[in-house]
Amino acid sequence: MAHTLAQKILQAHTDEAIMAAGQIVRCRVSLALANDITAPLAIKSFRAMGAKKVFDRDKVALVMDHFTPQKDIDSAQQVKLTREFAREMGVTHYYEGGDCGVEHALLPELGLVGPGDVVVGADSHTCTYGGLGAFATGLGSTDVAGAMALGETWFKVPPTIRATFTGTLPRWVGAKDLILRLIGEIGVDGALYRALEFDGAAIEALSVEGRMTIANMAIEAGGKVGLFAADEKTLAYTAARGRKDAPLSADPGATYERELTFDVSGMDPVVACPHLPENVKPVGEVRGVTLDQVVIGSCTNGRISDMREAAEVLKGRKVAKGVRCIVLPATPGVWKEALKEGLIETFMESGCIVGPATCGPCLGGHMGILADGERAIATTNRNFRGRMGSLESEVYLASPAVAAASAVAGVIAHPGSL
Amino acid sequence: MSYTGTAHKVGEHIDTDAIIPARFLVTTDTRKLGENCMAGLEEGWVKRVKPGDVMVAGRNFGCGSSREHAPIAILGAGMPVVIAHSFARIFYRNSFNMGLLLLEVGDEVDKIADGDTVEVDAAKGLITNRTTGATITCPPLPASMRELLDKGGLVPYVREKLA
Repeated sequence: MAHTLAQKILQAHTDEAIMAAGQIVRCRVSLALANDITAPLAIKSFRAMGAKKVFDRDKVALVMDHFTPQKDIDSAQQVKLTREFAREMGVTHYYEGGDCGVEHALLPELGLVGPGDVVVGADSHTCTYGGLGAFATGLGSTDVAGAMALGETWFKVPPTIRATFTGTLPRWVGAKDLILRLIGEIGVDGALYRALEFDGAAIEALSVEGRMTIANMAIEAGGKVGLFAADEKTLAYTAARGRKDAPLSADPGATYERELTFDVSGMDPVVACPHLPENVKPVGEVRGVTLDQVVIGSCTNGRISDMREAAEVLKGRKVAKGVRCIVLPATPGVWKEALKEGLIETFMESGCIVGPATCGPCLGGHMGILADGERAIATTNRNFRGRMGSLESEVYLASPAVAAASAVAGVIAHPGSL
Repeated sequence: MSYTGTAHKVGEHIDTDAIIPARFLVTTDTRKLGENCMAGLEEGWVKRVKPGDVMVAGRNFGCGSSREHAPIAILGAGMPVVIAHSFARIFYRNSFNMGLLLLEVGDEVDKIADGDTVEVDAAKGLITNRTTGATITCPPLPASMRELLDKGGLVPYVREKLA
């Protein structure tokens, strides 16, 4: 049988023959991940399962990134509990403090995930690693506890939707715009229970970081994974992080449940309006919407290429009075590189607040919470009602360039219009 | 597995931030999470719930984050079952792992209004609206989900495997 990327990767991790979508197979996992919100529950389940040790201390990652630096006593207790578990189990990849960053930016940077891997994480944005060609998906804490104990889990083999992006990206249009356009087209449940596979000339032209931005939001269409073939760019990226990976692509003649094609030439940057990621409009249609806060960062758009994109727009300009523009480079590595390249100076000169590597405001945790009636534009991934604070606040989602331009204008703006 | 209770109806694409906002995720305690169930939809929403009541929802219920705190909050609020048009996939796995029964019924969900008394017979795959007399037949649970429920959830399943 000719396999899609999802089926091909699962097949390499199971002894059962994958014959069709819908089949349930047990698969070996390459890495099991949890964070400071989900690890405590996973540990509770792990103990209740009677597990005494993790299946492989090098294949479990615990990243304390959501409510850190610890925002209050309760969240500090959660981290403490996880830290003690990591010590007891001898977990190699426990990250907290100065070596810690937003998990889905950090693990690729450390070379812990790569093409052909099966990664399960107690975090819905685990699908980010699909940008490197990994079958990576979010599960709940107890599912991840099971994987931490057994080194395996079950999957229903998903049918695949293929999204082909053709044409050449116009100036100011990037990966974030492509994934928002797709979600706008198919809806927040358009890929429910399904794998998304991305290809086409515009995808090949994207950087590996851009591909991770797209894969990251597969879950916002309900997708199980968002997969990209591993090409020369992917292999160069993972080789630079100490890995030896092989190219990976779908089999010719694989069966797709649905095929969508988008021509990106002539496309405008887009934003997702409150309160769902599917409420997508060209930026021109919401131009002038007033703002109180701008957030640039997160597992979607907190990598160095995102920092460069934002700095390019902010350089020599000032954040509008009355707007707080919060920049959170997603890992210490991104932070240091941004410092070296002078991007941090640009942000500070513009009047931004530059914070530590944390998920922070993306999920309304801390470091930038919205009051009643306040409105933000963010490079994050969700704009559900109340996601960033008050139930009476609003979040628009956009690329780093559009977010930065909007910070300068004080209203939602096209970066080309400044 | 049979339940009778008042239906609490919510809309489409109810996300996990609505079911249990992130600010309440500083605990794993079932009761505390239950006290804030649906606080992201409406403050104090949970006050209307009596133990044994049933949540009824539209499309894609439980979309968003992987937080297992979401099915725990629903259970903690006293609701043992959710009937919906459809469910988001991580939420679906989590619910069965936690022992929360989910029934996916498509458009038939429109046969239940807020406040109706609903009887659920999971073994027969039958939902009866006691208020209107309407009935809904549900598709059988996937074999893997039945196995999990039979064993009492994922924790006992893995415990048995490790023993």
